[in-house]
Amino acid sequence: MKRMSGAEILVESLRKEGVDTIFGYPGGVMLGIFDKLYDAPIRVVLPRHEQAAAHAADGYARASGKVGVCMSTSGPGATNLVTGIATAYMDSVPIVALTGQVATPLIGGDAFQEADITGITRPITKHNYLVKDVGELARTIKEAFHIASTGRPGPVLVDLPKDVTTNETEFKYPKTVDLRGYKPKYQGHPRQIKRAAEAISKSERPVIYAGGGVISSGASQELAEFAHKTRAPVALTLLGLGAFPASDPLFMGMLGMHGTKCANSAVSACDLLIAIGARFDDRVTGKVDKFAPDACISHIDIDPAAISKNVVVDIPIVGDVKTILQELIPLVTTCASEQWLEQVAKWKKEFPLTYDRKAKTIKPQYVIEQIWEATHGEAIIATEVGQNQMWAAQFYKFEHPRTFLSSGGLGTMGYGFPAAIGAQVACPDKLVFDIAGDGSFQMNIQELATVARLRLPVKVAILNNRFLGMVRQWQKLFYGGRYSSTCLADNPDFAKVADAFGAKGIKITEKRDVRPAIDEAINTAGPVVLDFIVEREENVMPMVPAGAAISEMIMEA
Amino acid sequence: MKRHTISVLVENHPGVLARIAGLFSGRGFNIESLSVGETEDPTASRMTVVVRGDDLILEQVTKQLNKLVDVIKVSDLTKEQFIERELVLIKVSADGKSRSEILQICDIFRARIVDVAPKTVTIEVTGTEDKIDALVNMLKPFGIREMARTGSVALTRTPK
Repeated sequence: MKRMSGAEILVESLRKEGVDTIFGYPGGVMLGIFDKLYDAPIRVVLPRHEQAAAHAADGYARASGKVGVCMSTSGPGATNLVTGIATAYMDSVPIVALTGQVATPLIGGDAFQEADITGITRPITKHNYLVKDVGELARTIKEAFHIASTGRPGPVLVDLPKDVTTNETEFKYPKTVDLRGYKPKYQGHPRQIKRAAEAISKSERPVIYAGGGVISSGASQELAEFAHKTRAPVALTLLGLGAFPASDPLFMGMLGMHGTKCANSAVSACDLLIAIGARFDDRVTGKVDKFAPDACISHIDIDPAAISKNVVVDIPIVGDVKTILQELIPLVTTCASEQWLEQVAKWKKEFPLTYDRKAKTIKPQYVIEQIWEATHGEAIIATEVGQNQMWAAQFYKFEHPRTFLSSGGLGTMGYGFPAAIGAQVACPDKLVFDIAGDGSFQMNIQELATVARLRLPVKVAILNNRFLGMVRQWQKLFYGGRYSSTCLADNPDFAKVADAFGAKGIKITEKRDVRPAIDEAINTAGPVVLDFIVEREENVMPMVPAGAAISEMIMEA
Repeated sequence: MKRHTISVLVENHPGVLARIAGLFSGRGFNIESLSVGETEDPTASRMTVVVRGDDLILEQVTKQLNKLVDVIKVSDLTKEQFIERELVLIKVSADGKSRSEILQICDIFRARIVDVAPKTVTIEVTGTEDKIDALVNMLKPFGIREMARTGSVALTRTPK
């Protein structure tokens, strides 16, 4: 058998895993690997900062359902990936991060560009490896992809010392993985499924609360079938958006802190809450003991540790959402009473998401609605974090899974733009928008160079209020309007910045120019930055104040 | 808060101890004792972790431990019948007058003298936490110079 170097083995292993793209930034200890990638049939996308490589791999994974791959050199390259890895960990996104490391004899000696990245990422990866021998490399890569993509997905990091990439061995790629400590359970327990079916048949006021697990599991079809059969109204989490069509009459919108009054009222009044691929995050539940207080709670999730973590569950079913729904659907019939459905419809009609549509200024919500209209609700939308994220979640009506990419758990500003790059690389024929705030956009603004270089047609829509808007909103509501460190009045001219990077920049100051600018961006073949100068002190409403029950929403500031 | 003895069977890899310890410390959990050693299978190690906490938090920790790829099996032994032992070395001040009294106490506890010097004796004792605490209390008046405890090791009792 032919002997191969570690770098060659790595590239061959990645090909065996079907990797077509790596988001990677080179460096000293990675020279050998990048040399092999130079003429390998794998596309290497070079970002301008390693953090963007990790977010792009994440966006690639969320948009395509495949494992995203990012790569960096040792030391600072590796530590720059950390925020992106933590983001993927919190939102259960399958990525494999490959980091360079100093040669094994130097490890632990404070060598140049050395960092203990497996130590640093231990609490933010599903698993990580330090490969100490080239003989372990192929098996490690096999295991890394297996662990990242199965069970509850998540990031896996593989640290590659320089000498491991240059040493040689015979290459044999394992066909199977056998990890005695890792055997995800996909089948739900039949007795638990039966108990859930019984609870559903007894319920009159059911609510489905579905999250990102439905999308990871590829179970949107099953969720729709389950909801239609039981007639249970559906509330989605932020990460669940797109798992159930927003146009469906049973859709109540997002629940939680900035959810709809309808979704929060229904959860608060239901007699049965069916949680599917969701984890009872504090932004969803508000005050825990007043969350679904009268309901029997059933929870379907692949992660046993998610069961009864924050809210005690009556009927847990551990396993794959899709598999379990397929078994549950034949066992259920319509349970929602007419009276309940009327009540839900009444809430929905009485408390729609709204804003001052007659305003002469550009309302940020108006921009989102116009993007939704112009893209016929078919675009992939990445968001940054803060007000822009919440308005995108509220006013863009998502119809399909894998079209909404947002950092939900970690809440990472600067996520959206590189994630949009990853999504655009994964889906070259799709229209990809990053809905951004002026604060967040500046956290990875250097990626304009990446989109300009690759002519990636990503559109960035900045809702520019010259504030760190969400923090300003809280300062207004809870800190007496003392805008401590939240005013960004000295922002640069983003259209000019875009120009300088070689992207198209358009500044929009009048309401009547909003739609034409969006259309122009869509009709432009390359990257475009739309700088919408919006109403400065618009608040995201409705909202549940921190620590309050979700039934106690503030409707207007 | 209830005392739990958790037995964790893990892969015998570098870094596993840090993963387990990190899981506890990341949740603000104080580990009372922890012991690690190879098992009958040299590729696996057994960790015995003693912690105090309420049942709900303990259940969460157990589930999180189970999620670790390097963890093969987790059992909260407190839920079943189990045998628990700890080994302790205690160096006690001892002069001509007190030495025989110390020896008597050791006899009662089936402890052994493993080192004798003009001004100290060093005692080795094995037992449950309660027994060891009792011995330590008895020896305190003589002056304990140094003490080293291994932490508990435990196995379930075989049902008869």
